[in-house]
Amino acid sequence: MASASVSGVPLLEGALVEGRWPEWFVASRQRGWADFQHLPAPAPKDEKWRFSKVKALALDSFRYPAAVADAAALVARSTGLGESAARFVFANNRLLAATAPAAGLLKAGLVVMTLEEAARQHADLVEKHFMAQEFKLGSAKYAALHRSGPVNGVFIRVPKNLEVAQPIEIFHWVEGENSAVFPHTLVVCERQSKATVVDCFRSADDEPAFACGVNDLVVEEGAKLNYVAVQQWSLAATAFHLNSTTVGRDACCLGMQVNLGGKFVRGESYSRMVAEGARSDMLSVNIAGGDQLIDQRTFQDHAKPSATSDLLYQNALTGKGRTVFSGVIRVEPGAHKTDAYQKVRNIVLSDEAEANSMPGLEIEADDVRCTHGATTAQVDDRELFYLLARGIRPEAAQQLLVMGFFNTVLDRLPDARLRGQIEGLVEKRLSAALRG
Amino acid sequence: MKHLKIDNLHVSIGQSEILRGLSLDLPTGQVHAIMGPNGSGKSTLAKVIAGHPDYTVTSGDILVDGESILEMEPDARARQGIFLAFQYPSEIPGVTIANFLRAALQARLPEGKELEATEYYAKLYEKMDLLEMPRTFTSRAVNEGFSGGEKKRCEILQMAMLQPTFALLDETDSGLDIDALKIVSHGVNSLRGPETGMLVITHYQRLLNYIVPDFVHVMVNGRIVESGTKELALKLEAEGYDWATEPEAEAVAV
Repeated sequence: MASASVSGVPLLEGALVEGRWPEWFVASRQRGWADFQHLPAPAPKDEKWRFSKVKALALDSFRYPAAVADAAALVARSTGLGESAARFVFANNRLLAATAPAAGLLKAGLVVMTLEEAARQHADLVEKHFMAQEFKLGSAKYAALHRSGPVNGVFIRVPKNLEVAQPIEIFHWVEGENSAVFPHTLVVCERQSKATVVDCFRSADDEPAFACGVNDLVVEEGAKLNYVAVQQWSLAATAFHLNSTTVGRDACCLGMQVNLGGKFVRGESYSRMVAEGARSDMLSVNIAGGDQLIDQRTFQDHAKPSATSDLLYQNALTGKGRTVFSGVIRVEPGAHKTDAYQKVRNIVLSDEAEANSMPGLEIEADDVRCTHGATTAQVDDRELFYLLARGIRPEAAQQLLVMGFFNTVLDRLPDARLRGQIEGLVEKRLSAALRG
Repeated sequence: MKHLKIDNLHVSIGQSEILRGLSLDLPTGQVHAIMGPNGSGKSTLAKVIAGHPDYTVTSGDILVDGESILEMEPDARARQGIFLAFQYPSEIPGVTIANFLRAALQARLPEGKELEATEYYAKLYEKMDLLEMPRTFTSRAVNEGFSGGEKKRCEILQMAMLQPTFALLDETDSGLDIDALKIVSHGVNSLRGPETGMLVITHYQRLLNYIVPDFVHVMVNGRIVESGTKELALKLEAEGYDWATEPEAEAVAV
């Protein structure tokens, strides 16, 4: 890629000297850069940016960061579940540490490696699935920016019939004022395989930063993937997280987005059921406190009959926190016997917080069962009094009730240890958000 | 011995006065029953003592050992030793019984002190056995999807764990079949003792066959109109409340 093409964009300047990427990838980058340049920036009147804050998207101040000062310290702070099948730690777009899968899993064909390495060693698979879905939910320009940028992250291939018991953990850190990072996770679960993948997005400090992340999840026939993203960027960060999921015949993908950090977070989750019997669980737990804006757009795309999608997004808002949810269930012609659910629930804990919900349906088939709904409520007075009447102090009572609200989502995670870890992180952030 | 004293209490909700000069003295070591027809203000009395924000005390006082608790928040009253077993306990989605009770006990510890988990569970299981509750109950969300009997058992479990000085049992018998009534009564009776005073509010005499009170008060139109021993409950059973409501009816007719 000609370095001249990115001059004047501090975000990318100097970025692309990192890594050894194959020709096809460099060509993809160039396409990404061309797209980024010609695609229009979001306008306030754009339906796909309704209730959002396009002014928050000035990217001029962000730049490509130097390597982190103390890699060992960040690796030490990358504590997750304790035990995992593999663990990769990235910071400021560079790999800091990697714990490869055990020999038995490698021998069984499990691949967990950096995307850069995979782009050479598994070029066919990576090229086939890397950002293969169209970005329809409003952020095509930022998807193009990601494609043109210094993407870094992990490629996972779970071979057919292999069940990976322990989660695969990936940490992405950002450090330094106005640093920009481009995390990417690509997972291919082949037929009848099972795996759990956890992405942890963290800031090493409280500085403003920019994250432009994408994941591609491909779940083939009869496979089962649990994917959890725990976003804990600093409360000054701007972040995009664009998720694409493809679910095959009788396959099942459970995706959970947990947003605890970020000043402006734009999440887009697109899930496509491409064969009969496919199932996609789209879950999200979000805390918007202070002046955070968490803006999420979702798309449940039923291309084939007899598939299921079940979306449950829950938001707790404090301070001047804002959330936006806009979701579409689309049932394509012929996708009969679709079962699709979409529910967003907001609990508003402050007079100045604002939750916007825009559920939607586009149905072009017969004999389908689709429901959607959005609720916004405060803490229930009767429930609160019940807790107070047991001697629980008001702050603790509120915390307990909101955690109860979130538990209804967290309970959907099949892995108790992972669930416990996430519950702890949510509880900690909630406690801080409630104290303002 | 401690006293919960209600002194000429007047209570309103909105514009309507519900308690109209009610007085009562409940010492620890005793069980008092309050009986009365629907709408007499029995539940209001229990909720006002617990500090429910919907009610306004317009005059009179509620005192624990001579100190007014009217200015105390509901959570502070509970930590002081007042416990209300609700007639209609709230469902608390996503909050397990174990977490809920742990929070309630934790609130009673001095700041910085953590509840000891092993002791906590030992006590919880002991009290659950007493109430014939299966262990799986601990991981169920509080009252969510519970039958009427399970809800009432859960109230008594909480009472057993929190060991209040003054327990207010609001229509604990409502919605219970005879087997559940026996289990709940057994639980309540096991908590009787010199350290605890109980106010048992009921519409029916039936409960008092199982939880035998030291004193019975008849409440009509926001006042106690008659007090006596447990035989008074039998009289109410036989004669209904008409004799007690008549003076009021005459007064209205005049």
